[in-house]
Parts: sequence; structure tokens; C-alpha cells
Amino acid sequence: MHIKQQETERHTLSVTVDNEAGVLARIAGMFTARGYNIDSLTVADVTEDDSISRITIVTTGTPAVIEQVVAQLDRLVNVHRVIDLTERGNFVERELALVKVAGTGEHRIEALRLAEVYRARVVDATTGSFVFEVTGASEKIDKFIELMSEIGLIEVARTGVAAIVRGKEAV
Amino acid sequence: MTTEMSGADILIQALNDQGVEVVFGYPGGAVLPIYDALFNQQRIKHILVRQEGGAAHAAEGYARSTGKPGVVLVTSGPGATNAITGIADAMMDSIPMVVITGQVGTPLIGSDAFQECDTVGITRHVTKHNYLVKDPAKLGDIIHEAFHIATSGRPGPVVIDLPKDVQVATAPYRRTNVNALPHRGYKPQVKGDLAQIEEAVELLANAERPMIYTGGGIINSGPGASLILRELVRLTGAPVTSTLMGLGALPASSPHWLGMLGMHGTYEANMAMNKCDVMLCLGARFDDRVTGRLDAFSPESKKIHIDIDRASINKTVRVDLPIIGDVGRVMEDMVKLWKAKELRPRDLKPWWATIKTWQERNCLAYPEKLDSGEIVPQLAIRKLWEATHRQQPIITTEVGQHQMWAAQHFDFESPNKWLTSGGLGTMGYGLPAAIGAQLGNPKALVIDIAGEASIQMNIQEMGTATQYRLPVKIFILNNEYMGMVRQWQDLTYGSRYSESYSDSLPDFVKLAEAYGWKGIRIETPDQLEQGIADMLAHDGPVMVDCMVAKMANCFPMIPSGAAHTDMILDPAQVSGVMDDEAKALV
Repeated sequence: MHIKQQETERHTLSVTVDNEAGVLARIAGMFTARGYNIDSLTVADVTEDDSISRITIVTTGTPAVIEQVVAQLDRLVNVHRVIDLTERGNFVERELALVKVAGTGEHRIEALRLAEVYRARVVDATTGSFVFEVTGASEKIDKFIELMSEIGLIEVARTGVAAIVRGKEAV
Repeated sequence: MTTEMSGADILIQALNDQGVEVVFGYPGGAVLPIYDALFNQQRIKHILVRQEGGAAHAAEGYARSTGKPGVVLVTSGPGATNAITGIADAMMDSIPMVVITGQVGTPLIGSDAFQECDTVGITRHVTKHNYLVKDPAKLGDIIHEAFHIATSGRPGPVVIDLPKDVQVATAPYRRTNVNALPHRGYKPQVKGDLAQIEEAVELLANAERPMIYTGGGIINSGPGASLILRELVRLTGAPVTSTLMGLGALPASSPHWLGMLGMHGTYEANMAMNKCDVMLCLGARFDDRVTGRLDAFSPESKKIHIDIDRASINKTVRVDLPIIGDVGRVMEDMVKLWKAKELRPRDLKPWWATIKTWQERNCLAYPEKLDSGEIVPQLAIRKLWEATHRQQPIITTEVGQHQMWAAQHFDFESPNKWLTSGGLGTMGYGLPAAIGAQLGNPKALVIDIAGEASIQMNIQEMGTATQYRLPVKIFILNNEYMGMVRQWQDLTYGSRYSESYSDSLPDFVKLAEAYGWKGIRIETPDQLEQGIADMLAHDGPVMVDCMVAKMANCFPMIPSGAAHTDMILDPAQVSGVMDDEAKALV
């Protein structure tokens, strides 16, 4: 007997929650307990009184699983609201990465050239290395890292995705 | 300025304000301040169980039979971990429960202190919500919120972990207004969308082969929901089946009743589910034991699903018309709309004629006598029903063959009389649940229908019944096997009875006597009626050891991985092996 795999989709969810101890554990735990995937997760409080945090989760699953993820998140007592941004459409998502590249001579120049194309900033430099700060959609960062790996990629730190709906309305 | 109280006194006061009458618990180091506060008051009755697992199941039995939340009080570490099975059970079966666990003092948390465990971490996935209280000033609000969360929406267990120093420290307490509570995100949707309800009513009125499938949600919605269900059934003329958890919502004597559905449901209920054209699911959740093989589940029907839990919608079965709301309230609106629109069902005679042909298979039939002279277990259940049903007894069960036979052969006429572990399937549930039910219903006849294996899982609670003079009855169907395991081994594993024999059983009659109970043994069919009569005649707790046919199996049955239409109706159809796909399903 073999276990069958099904077609999956990538969805970005925006979740507003009470900013209190254990909320992240509840959310991450719900994903592991029910066998759902977390591709990326970012969290920070977004209100002046520190009462509410906004969590952006990127998850992959079949459409039925995504529907369950949203419903199960919504069921948590600490969760105020869940919005499936991918389902809703018309949103921007951004991620920040710090990319360390080592090399000398032509490799150094090439790294700077590519960084300019990708609007990456140099935030640290030594005679043998750079740390670039690059912002953009996840695919753009993936591509930048891929190019840098040909030049002398040392390590990468990524923030995960933050996302927001376009236009003047709040969701 | 209100006067300050200790955390322990705040807890007791808040429980009083919630109207709590009974607490099931067990003391220990981390809850001593609370037990001292209990010592100084009269209003709350504390029931000392013999193991914390018993406390949680007793609270479930109390809650399920009274509709009020069950309350548990246990110590930290092993006290909390012992209670986990009951908490998980309450989560699966949506039982309102508030569990107070002691915790080591806040400075010691995380230091691997004596009897410390991460209770909120461990219980996170088996509770509706949980709290670690670090400030006595917040304790009152948290307790009131916990009761609100446990009892509203889809009910469930809520754990409050209370460190010892918070029990001792003082703070002011005021009785809280639930609407002013901290978690603003928690707002269960009670009233259903009227446009959707109207659509549902139209679908039902136009159905040629309607089918109503009810679940535990109706019981949880309160006795009013069972009454409005009867009205809805009368108006629509539809046949009704129910999950294990929903038994009693519609009286078994109703002509519309087709019996339970699912793995050990009736042939007519499962066939009607398969062939219906409109299915109305009321507070049930399309559990795998109910649906059988999903791709063959009711292929021709439009499905309407009413549930208070949005996450239950489209979880396993995709439905055409989901309505989120309290099932009782939605049914009320359905009945109102049906009447306002002066709807009439279509001619359902052909549908009922088809159903009648299925009913004529008489799938629950059993032989009254066996050549071996053993007692037929189904007959034992039926005799028990005959002797007791006029008293409207509360029946609890353990888990296994006896549970399914009880569900099949004991007829329930009203809700809150049938207490069983459906979702988690916990052996050892029945006796403590019976104790809880007896405390909530002092005048009721409470019987735990048990198996000889299950009963041993919480048998220590016999002492609790003795201590509080609770006249619960245990009726053991003793076949010397973990019968359901052995049945599966018969069906699936070539009758290789791996570890399913109940060896070294105690003498249950002597055991009963050792606990101060009456013990009765029934060994032959001719002793059955008298044995049951003797059990009922004794005004204290009784344990009946009823020796039944050792190799009897529970039918009808949908084997794992099969469709509703592939029921096994009698043992002659049993094959000895099953392919890997079917084995992996359950």
C-alpha cells in the first residue's frame, strides 16, 4: 500500500490575535496537531496598547485543507479574525532577507551589480564579504539567493512574509 | 474599596457565583490552599474520587445528564496528567467542563519542581481553551470566562492552571459580567442565516427521499431542541437516524425512527442515508464511523449541515448548504418558516415503502437461545430494557461490543439519558460517568452497562459510590474477551486473538462485596430476569456479573473501508482477512 498525494495550493493568511502568552504556541500547535503545513509565519503586535498581534501565515494544502485551516484558526478563542488573502486577492506581500556573500575580485563586482538590479542594500562590508538587505515578494528573494549561490553565498536570514490588502480599506 | 480575598477564596466565591453545586476532585500538594477554602464552606459539595481520571469522567457524566457544566479540581503534575483522558474525552464529545488544576508556585514554574508539569502545554490540544493564572486579580474574570467558553458555542472542556502562590496571594474580587470579558474574539454564532434556512426548508419540502441525520449537538442544545426536532419531523414526515451521541433526541418509539446509523447502525438507517435525495444533518459531524467509505457516502443527496462549529462544515464531507448556528435555534426558525409558507412535504409513500423493505431485513434480530446454553448478550440488554425502561433510567457505558449492543437494543425515549464515550472511545468511562450522573440526578436509576475488560479501567471508583451512598448499578456483559478487539481480529486478522483474552479476571461478586456493594452473578438464561430484578430491588450499589456468549460478535457492521451498502448483516458473511487499504483506514 502506498499513501496518495494530492494537488496543493499556497495561501497567505492574515490572523489577528490577542497579544498574550501562549497564543503563538496555540496556533503553531494547531498546525502540527492537524498535520497542516506552515511555510512561513511572522508575528508582531500592531496596536498602540500592545493588545493585538497580527500574524501572517503562509501555508500549503489542498483547497479543502486550506478551508479547514481557516476554520480551525477561527475556532481558537484568542483569534479575532482570519483572512485568507490569497482567496480575497489584491494584496501585497513582502519579505526581508539578509544575505551574506563572500568573494574577491570579479565575484565581488558581480555581487554588487546583481544587488543593484535587485535593489538590495549593502548593510555590512569587509574586504572579503558583503551582507545584503533585500526586500520583496518571496519569489524575488528566492531568485536573488539563487543567483548569489553561484557567486559565493555564505548564509541567509529571512523574516517570513508580511502581507496587507491593497487600497484604502482596512480588512 | 472591596476587601481582598485569597486566590483560593476567590475561586470558591466565583464557583458559588456560577451556581456550582458539585466538584469532583482529589487533593494534593499544589491545591492544599483550595482544599482548605473548601473545608470552610458548605455550599459546594466535593466528591472525592479514587483517581483523577475518575473525576474527569464523573464530571462528564454529571454534565451530560444535567446539562450543567461539570467541575473538576485536581493537583499539579500527576493529578493533571491523570485527568487528561477525561478532558480529551470531553473535547471530542463536546461536554461542558471546567477543570481547575493546581500548579507549583510561579517562581518554580519551569524549574522541574516536584509534581510540576506543563499543564497548559499538555492540555492545549485537548481543551477548548486553557489558562495559566499568574495574578489573583485576574482570577475571578478568568473563572467566569472559562464557564462562559465551556458552556457556549460548541461546548468543551476548559482548564484553569492555578499556581500555589496565586491561591494564597490576595486580590479584590467582583462578580464579572460575561460581556465585559477579555477575549473579544470569542463570539459563537447562535442564530442561523435566515436566507439559508429558507433554502433548507424549500429543499426539504421538495425532497422525494428526505433523511434527517441527528447528532450530539441536539442534546447539547438543550431539551428544547429535542422537542422542536419532533415538530420538524412531524412537519416534514422524514425518517430520522442518529449518531451514537444523539440517541434519545427522537424517541425510539417514534414511527419515523430508523435506528442508529454508521458502523454498527441499522441496515435501514444506512441504506436510507445512501439513497436519500436530501440529507438534513443536525448537530452531527460526519465522523468516519458514521460515513464509512467517503467516496461512496450518500452519493445522490443534497446535503444540508447545521452546526454551531464552523470547522465541522466541509471537514470530511462536502455539503451543499451549510448553516452555522445553534441547532435548536435553527430548527425553530425552520419550523416557523415551514408553517409561515404553509409548506407540505411531497408524497413520501414510495420512499417509506422502500424503507419498509429494508426494515423487513430485521437486521438487529438475534437468537433467543444458543445450543451452548450461553446467554445471548443482545437478549441480556433487551431484558434489562424491559425491566427498567418505565423508570427512564440513565444508561452509561464503557467502550466495546457491550456499548454497541446497548446502543442497538436499549431504546431511549428522551435526551440526556444515554452517556457514552463516542469520539475518544474511552474504556473506563462508564462507572465514573454513572457516579456523576447519579449525583446530578439523585432519584434516577443509573446503570453502567459494561464489559469485563472496560470496567477494570476505572474500577477503583466503586469506592467513591460506596462513600457517597450512590446506588449506581453496573451490569457487566462478561464474555472474557476484549470483545470488539477480538471481533476485529475475527474479521481482519484471521482470528489470531493477539492479547484480546481477559485473563485472570477477578471474582466480580466478591469484589463488589469487598467494596460494600451487592454482587450478583447471572450464569444461565433462566437466571437473567431474576438477576435483573434482584439488582433493581437493592437500594444500594450493585455489580452484576452477567456471563454471556463468549464468541458472539456485534452485527450489523460496516467493515472498515466499506460503503453503507456493504453491510455485514450476520456472522456467516464474515471473511477472515482484509486488504492493507482497509486495515489502514482504522
